[in-house]
Amino acid sequence: MAAVSNLKNMVLSLTLVCLVCSAVLGGVFAVTSAPIKAAEVAKTNASIARVLPAFDSEPVRESISVDGTDYAYYRVPGAGYAVISTVSGFGGPLSLMVGIQEDGMICNTVVLSHSETPGLGAKCQTDASFIDQFKGWDPASKRLAVTKDGGDVDAITASTITSRAYSAAIANAYSVYLIIAGNE
Amino acid sequence: MSKLGLITKGLLKENPTFVLVLGMCPTLATTTSAMNGLEMGLATMFVLILSNIVISLISPVVPDKVHIPVYIVVIATFVTVLQLLMQAFVPQVYETLGLFIPLIVVNCIVLGRAEAFASKNSVGDSALDGIGIGIGFTLTLMVIGIVREILGSGSVFGWKFIAGDGILAFVMAPGAFLVLGYLMVLFNKLAKR
Amino acid sequence: MAEYLLIIVSAIFVNNIVLAQFLGVCPFMGVSNKLSTATGMSGAVCFVITLATVVTYLINKYFLVPLGLTFLQTIAFILVIAALVQIVEIVLKKISPSLYQALGIFLPLITTNCAVLGVAINVVTKEFTFGDAAHMLNLGEATVYALATSLGYGLAMVLFAGMREQMAQSDVPESFKGLPIAFITVGIMAMAFLGFSGIV
Repeated sequence: MAAVSNLKNMVLSLTLVCLVCSAVLGGVFAVTSAPIKAAEVAKTNASIARVLPAFDSEPVRESISVDGTDYAYYRVPGAGYAVISTVSGFGGPLSLMVGIQEDGMICNTVVLSHSETPGLGAKCQTDASFIDQFKGWDPASKRLAVTKDGGDVDAITASTITSRAYSAAIANAYSVYLIIAGNE
Repeated sequence: MSKLGLITKGLLKENPTFVLVLGMCPTLATTTSAMNGLEMGLATMFVLILSNIVISLISPVVPDKVHIPVYIVVIATFVTVLQLLMQAFVPQVYETLGLFIPLIVVNCIVLGRAEAFASKNSVGDSALDGIGIGIGFTLTLMVIGIVREILGSGSVFGWKFIAGDGILAFVMAPGAFLVLGYLMVLFNKLAKR
Repeated sequence: MAEYLLIIVSAIFVNNIVLAQFLGVCPFMGVSNKLSTATGMSGAVCFVITLATVVTYLINKYFLVPLGLTFLQTIAFILVIAALVQIVEIVLKKISPSLYQALGIFLPLITTNCAVLGVAINVVTKEFTFGDAAHMLNLGEATVYALATSLGYGLAMVLFAGMREQMAQSDVPESFKGLPIAFITVGIMAMAFLGFSGIV
């Protein structure tokens, strides 16, 4: 059964346990940190590959502050820019990566994370007819807003708020792109 | 108790969900599909077995008054190990289960087994106890996941047998509570016979 | 100011910690038998969640992140929460015996209430959008968020305790008695709370 407690062995055992555990964790962290980094890079690169036309250069991560908000984006020489844009959706943050070609056309979009309603707003990840309408979209001539708000985006049935947020995220990404492109 | 009994008791007699009613948060939150339930169960089992083994080894020398903090540190260590391993090798699973991986630390099942079983039994028995309760937990989560996936998305383990959507409420929050409630009724009914 | 209002409405109603996020369900089921214990537990949880979130937020920002030790988050947070609960218990006993009488028995249970650890981890790892672009919460927002979330916990708990007191009088089929009927009731309650989604 458990040993009798006194101050000395209580402090000793707690210190010992903490030391051993920290050592174990330090070891595991050292072993796993490289694969964790690799997994993150692989995930980002997979998203970039989906939103931009084929490229053979290494994406460069940069960030820019627009109206007090920081946007991260990837510059892919020869292909364009992949801008990450997060807005408030129906159930919480809706985060998109928007691929914008060097000629200012939207190439494709991909959802990075969302908390929309399963089967309704969450269709923004799977509903091809909704997602594909943004392929080759020219924001200079077509308005990024749902038709209900006088724009050109066909909303997902019964999920106007999600569609509105999705359009707004692309519009934000596009205005970030204009600033980046204008700076160059 | 026989060695076999240690492993099978988690299924019915000491089922962590229906009899002990412990660890409700992951049970409700991660069972939106059969696969998610299975993954959460396995993750919990990993921590349960390892922490049971270590705690049964160290409990004779741990002073009585600090045994809870010591156990919590041991459990938290294994949870962090699990977090790091999952982030490195199955990042997608880690992303789906999200917050509920670190929350294994406060899953009453893990601390409960440490306190009620591992601290009083041999290493071998404690490992078997971890396996048994772990299997019980995993299977229960999977069953809840299967029911919710069938009703909510019309599929089993991702294999769709109904075109279109299911009854969406079952993959959302209310469905978790309702399915668990009705499965408990069923379990009670069968257990009484 | 508007942002704080959004945080409060969102944390109490839209993303209710029990009914939408499934945190702290065990104590929610355990002590909601009687209205008086439910109120006591809610008070204790409110106190600990807010305090723990502020402390863990500071530890994360000024200790773990600068030293590159964020992988120790889980272990550091749970130890801080356990220690905090102990300290609160001792201090409360000294300075306000009456409050200690009311909350005392619930305090030791709170260490393993996943709502506390869940909120603490959420605040430092998740991005939030409240009316404007996504960002990590600052200390003020984190405090308001923690307080509002725990008020949401209290609201759900008190409402549910009221229903359970009524339910104790009614004739429930044998197999439904106890927890099964309670879970089904919470399911219906969660459905009602779904109606709040989308307002923020």
